[in-house]
Amino acid sequence: MELNLPLLSLLIWTPILGGVWVLFVGDRQEETVKVFSLIVSILVFIISVYAYFQFDNTTAQLQFIEFREWIPVFNINYHLGVDGIAFPLILLTTFITILVILSAWEVINYRISQFMAAFLMLEGMMNGVFASVDAILFYFFWEAMLIPMFLIIGIWGGPNRVYATIKFFLYTFLGSVFMLIALLYMYSQAGSFNILDLHQLPLSLETQKLIFIAFFLAFAVKIPMWPVHTWLPDAHVEAPTAGSVILAAIMLKMGGYGFLRFSLPITPDASMALDGFMIALSLIAVVYIGFVALVQTDMKKLIAYSSISHMGFVTLGFFVGFAIFANTESSTGAVMALEGGMMQMISHGFISGALFLCVGVLYDRVHSREISSYGGVANTMPMFAAFMMLFAMANSGLPGTSGFVGEFLVILGGYQASFWIAFLAAMTLILGAAYTLWMYKRVIFGDIANDNVAELKDINSREIFILSILAVVVLLFGVWPAPIFDMMHPTIENLFQHVLQSKVG
Amino acid sequence: MNTDMQSIYLAIVLSPLIGSIIAGLFGKLIGRSGAHWVTIIGVGVSSLLSLYAYKYLMFDGGEIFNRAIYTWLTTGGINFEIGFMVDQLTVTMMVVVTFVSWMIHIYTIGYMHDDPGYQRFFSYISLFTFAMLMLVMSNNFLQLFFGWEAVGLVSYLLIGFWFKRESAIFANMKAFLVNRVGDFGFLLGIAAVLMTFDSLDYNQVFAQAPDFANATVNIISGSEWSLMTVICICLFIGAMGKSAQVPLHVWLPDSMEGPTPISALIHAATMVTAGIFMVARMSPLFELSETALTFVLVIGSITAFFMGLLGLVQNDIKRVVAYSTLSQLGYMTVALGVSAYSAAIFHLVTHAFFKALLFLAAGSVIIAMHHEQDMRKMGGLYRYMPITWVTSLVGSLALIGFPGTAGFYSKDAIIEAVHHSSLPFSDWAYIAVLSGVFITALYSFRLFFLVFHGKERMDRHTWEHLKESPAVVTVPLSMLAIPSVILGAFLIGPMLFGDYFTAAIYVQDQHDVLGMIGEDYHGVWAFTLHAFQTAPVYLALSGVLVAWLLYIKFPEVPQKIVGRTNWVYQILLNKYGFDTFNQAVFAGGACKTGSFLWKFGDVKIIDGVLINGTASAVRWFSGKIRNIQTGHLYDYAFTMIIGLLMLLAVFVHHLME
Repeated sequence: MELNLPLLSLLIWTPILGGVWVLFVGDRQEETVKVFSLIVSILVFIISVYAYFQFDNTTAQLQFIEFREWIPVFNINYHLGVDGIAFPLILLTTFITILVILSAWEVINYRISQFMAAFLMLEGMMNGVFASVDAILFYFFWEAMLIPMFLIIGIWGGPNRVYATIKFFLYTFLGSVFMLIALLYMYSQAGSFNILDLHQLPLSLETQKLIFIAFFLAFAVKIPMWPVHTWLPDAHVEAPTAGSVILAAIMLKMGGYGFLRFSLPITPDASMALDGFMIALSLIAVVYIGFVALVQTDMKKLIAYSSISHMGFVTLGFFVGFAIFANTESSTGAVMALEGGMMQMISHGFISGALFLCVGVLYDRVHSREISSYGGVANTMPMFAAFMMLFAMANSGLPGTSGFVGEFLVILGGYQASFWIAFLAAMTLILGAAYTLWMYKRVIFGDIANDNVAELKDINSREIFILSILAVVVLLFGVWPAPIFDMMHPTIENLFQHVLQSKVG
Repeated sequence: MNTDMQSIYLAIVLSPLIGSIIAGLFGKLIGRSGAHWVTIIGVGVSSLLSLYAYKYLMFDGGEIFNRAIYTWLTTGGINFEIGFMVDQLTVTMMVVVTFVSWMIHIYTIGYMHDDPGYQRFFSYISLFTFAMLMLVMSNNFLQLFFGWEAVGLVSYLLIGFWFKRESAIFANMKAFLVNRVGDFGFLLGIAAVLMTFDSLDYNQVFAQAPDFANATVNIISGSEWSLMTVICICLFIGAMGKSAQVPLHVWLPDSMEGPTPISALIHAATMVTAGIFMVARMSPLFELSETALTFVLVIGSITAFFMGLLGLVQNDIKRVVAYSTLSQLGYMTVALGVSAYSAAIFHLVTHAFFKALLFLAAGSVIIAMHHEQDMRKMGGLYRYMPITWVTSLVGSLALIGFPGTAGFYSKDAIIEAVHHSSLPFSDWAYIAVLSGVFITALYSFRLFFLVFHGKERMDRHTWEHLKESPAVVTVPLSMLAIPSVILGAFLIGPMLFGDYFTAAIYVQDQHDVLGMIGEDYHGVWAFTLHAFQTAPVYLALSGVLVAWLLYIKFPEVPQKIVGRTNWVYQILLNKYGFDTFNQAVFAGGACKTGSFLWKFGDVKIIDGVLINGTASAVRWFSGKIRNIQTGHLYDYAFTMIIGLLMLLAVFVHHLME
């Protein structure tokens, strides 16, 4: 059945318009607001699933293309389209948003309509980021997205939220300004903001390097890479649970997406020239941040650091390809590493989201994120303990969970570039397990530590529902990741072939 | 026929998994007996079908099964698949794993009778059986790694089963992390395999392996290393973690914090032998690197000798058996090192039965003693627990290699194999395994005499309640005692000197020590009688004799020996300082590194200097601006986005028309 709907527009505008409506309904009708928001998010998810069945797995071409002129003077267009890189991330966004809205159900008790509106709008904008083919449209969504996130932390956040929001805003905003300059420069060369045109634009190596650095500032902050990562732990600590989930599960992936969509294909020669730098930063993220995560006393900070460490695998997978190709003269290992990086992004969406939800469950009950406020939670919340065990193991990259797949492929690929790259990356096997399980031990195991823990009630059916869905997904893609790979394979293959072609005049 | 076998193999793997899921998720609903029935049936089905597969393959001349079940993922032109390979080696492991697991499921009904986590326990041990089967039945490195880590997970869950005990939750984390150190090497080995052979499929890897026998890699610039040596040592580091070889052995004694049935199943009979199995499976690779084999031999003999010594000074009944397990794993590793893979597997099989038996007997004693594990508070139990006593005696005799028992054949074969080996260090290894025989006998019968004979040293309350364990405990004991006696005599001929393993294990001619022994092999009886002309039997018997003298005849002597050689005793008591060292250097060092990187790197340098410097400048600036404005930030911001969005929406709408 071909309906010929403007699917991507629907994915962007349905939640945004839904959000506007929710805002107008206001806080007087809380139930209506919640139910309506949930329905909208489910509807958007259904649209994305429908799109999945329409999605052609065999081509690297953009699909579901929509094109309207927007600002013809500057050749800026409302141009949408997705490929095997963008579409999985859209599916992730629509999926996670449902859970986020459910997670706030009983927890947020003031300004509920604004809360829901912020998340719905955020969903639309994030879909917009992934679906934009026009660089200015991309930039528009990219910046607009910051506003609801800024509000989410600023209004519903913790006591130190002002510091966190300023830090968050400064970091990300500064980064993206440079991206805008790079885009404008390239427009002056190509006369187009179409990302695909920019992919073909010949540029000298020096220019590429400058553009690469501009993009790097935007994307490295977002994902985040060491040493521009320190906003993330603060933002997470202050953000409400739902905000942390979106931040970790999707917003970080924008950085990775940017590297794949802009940095690699637009500045392939610079990427190749600077790959050692990127690999080094990635490995520092994996190892250095792994150690830092070990000594955290705040659960959210620990998971935030763990996220940074896991994102090291994403950037490693994206930039290690040149070295693999140089070493093996085959694209096999490079494609493996790239796809491993992509898989790591998607899987981390589920796992970090789930872990932040788990911390949220505890925080809602005890109002503390400190590891030392807990101990022996398994005695009073056995079901919760079981879920958290699964997600902790997934976070440690246990085979059979989705967390294993990406790391495994990146390590296998990394080995083909150098033994030592794989050696350092594989440290995560020990470090990741150490910080995750040590936290788990101190929070969940042991005898009941205090009265707060003694009075804990196990998770209710809403929480069980949310965590079960995530558990199913984490296990499903752990034992059968093939569908995700089939979706992205032609695009990644094509991307790497493109990246191998020099663009130097 | 092969399709039928596929469904049988699937059933073997999946029925414990299904049992585990039902008991785990619906434990409350089906209740205690529901949980044990569903899992016992699951593992029972698996066990019987494994026996059928054994018959099919070993007696009916059935084909070796090797097929992918489904594609896990495809990337870069490489198919990662989940699939089974069932050959003689696999099917042997399957029978051992499922049978021991089945017995332990039954035993658990008695042992865990009063435990509130009853259903959870059954769910875990069935899950373990599933994971272990995935490991042994794999036809590729990916699935091997899955099973490898999955058994590690269940081991972690079970060591920490009594999660209120601080010692248990310390031990389980330690076990997981130490295993991860091994897996770290293992994963690098797998990565090297993939890079070299462009495949993770056993058959493809093994077929190509000889082509790379002389290949080298450049790991540290300037020095060329043999590729096969690098691959094999990396893989073996994985085996060192899982099979608890020095220095990655430290987790196994602590794992005794778990309930006794799992000490028997996981930390004696099956999981810890995964490393041995893996190396045997990889024999086509290990055969290509004498350096790697020598490494294996050295590590194995160190473990066999030094871990045995530690068994002498332990007073906890389970810990004695645990150190004995370490030492026996060392024997198996030694056998692998001298290319006597079949002997390693042979010892693995017999050990699985008699060590499971010994642990379950220890558990039976622990039940009778009301969870007292200190042997100094036992004694004279043979009067009250005749079945446990007899079966323990059988297990101990098998362990020390008393002629005729299963352990005798397998251990003697290993000692002979080392004797015939011409690898470097094989002379040392021979001395280590020979003296190990005496040590084994000494600590085994020290345990036996302290527990079952001599003075009754328990308190009055315990003494009044002493009685033999129920049938769910004694029946598995008896069932395991039978193979502990007879299995060796049956298997030695075909397994070591016949064509039992055919193509499953590959040995190069110049390494074929078992072939050399086989030239003088004239049947079981001759082998048994011949043993009386060699040292090991007398070493074992003198060990028993010394134990009798020290612990029955002159029980005051051990104290005097300890007094005279206090420094030796202290070294042994401190387990050579491995734990202290690891705790201080690795655990402490990691925390210090983390603190430093965080407090100095992140907080001081990046945040303190780079970020907050900028931020305070901005704050000063925005403070000036804020004076001009009033109202709430979020009102402004929302108005702003809505405005922007409406502009865009109107525009899009306009365009669509």
